[in-house]
Amino acid sequence: MHEYGVVQNVVDLIMQRINEKPLKVTDINLVIGELSSYVDDSIQFYFDILSKDTPLDGAKLHFKRVPAVFGCTHCGAEFTRRGMAFVCPFCGGDGAYIRQGMEFYIESIEVEERGDKDLSKYNEC
Amino acid sequence: MEIKIYQNIMSANDAIAKDNLDWFSNKGILAINIIGSPGCGKSSLIMKTASMLEAPVQVIEGDVASSIDAQRMIESGIPAVQINTGGACHLDANMIKGVLNSLDITDNAFLFIENVGNLICPAEFDVGEHFKVGMLSVPEGADKPYKYPGLFTKADVVLLNKADLIPYIGFDRDMFIKGIRALNPAAPIFEVSALTGEGMDKWIQWLRGRMQELSLS
Repeated sequence: MHEYGVVQNVVDLIMQRINEKPLKVTDINLVIGELSSYVDDSIQFYFDILSKDTPLDGAKLHFKRVPAVFGCTHCGAEFTRRGMAFVCPFCGGDGAYIRQGMEFYIESIEVEERGDKDLSKYNEC
Repeated sequence: MEIKIYQNIMSANDAIAKDNLDWFSNKGILAINIIGSPGCGKSSLIMKTASMLEAPVQVIEGDVASSIDAQRMIESGIPAVQINTGGACHLDANMIKGVLNSLDITDNAFLFIENVGNLICPAEFDVGEHFKVGMLSVPEGADKPYKYPGLFTKADVVLLNKADLIPYIGFDRDMFIKGIRALNPAAPIFEVSALTGEGMDKWIQWLRGRMQELSLS
């Protein structure tokens, strides 16, 4: 449900960054942590709606998922979770969260110059 | 051509949340964001807490619709402001900002923000709180930390309400604690009953400690 608002944030942030330059966005690289609750398909769905008739229209979204890193309280090994449990895959000990997995940011975008015929439409955005 | 961005998508919300937090801190108001499922007992917990704290308390209620919770608070003598999100599944910083000037608040007051009933989305939106509470109740089951890791990782404190039902419901307490500890080694866990009052003393003590720290900062 809240993907609509956050996708609007994505569109707004990118529009601010390209800042009325005659550019078309072709790709958007997003980083989303395992522990965040954002769903790729929902982001794509709302992006298709909110980017229409903007320089982001038609851009391909790329999702980089970052796993949460756990540390075993028994053997000290670090691991990423498989499935629901927090069990260390090396010794079976209990794992505890250490870092990562909370990310939600725009890493980068790919742009190309827009043709002159598109400029007037761009200026209306 | 690649353009590096490296921008937090929640930056606009986070900036407002920071302003809200500063507003609370400057007035000596301890803001607590309570996040839990519908029916876990957030309102009951707040009312029981208010009756035990012996300090000024104000509440911001967040619901999709209705003012039932705010009314309950007001009728029990707790000033409350209702936010209806009209469909949004969470409160955000801008919604809280919008009601700051309607709060009937004094210095050294406790402000409880009762978020929309939901274990998922509210965890993603800082609203300007000093502390985020992840709340569960016994009938919901001990597996919820495993199913909703985001909230329990981010919570500063975890409350397990309706602890008086543990003898009557097959609640695997060890599984629950293990799940919380795996995600959040540091957060205190308080097993309470807003109905009977059991376990509430430690929660109250924790709150008073946080208020004291705020007063000294």
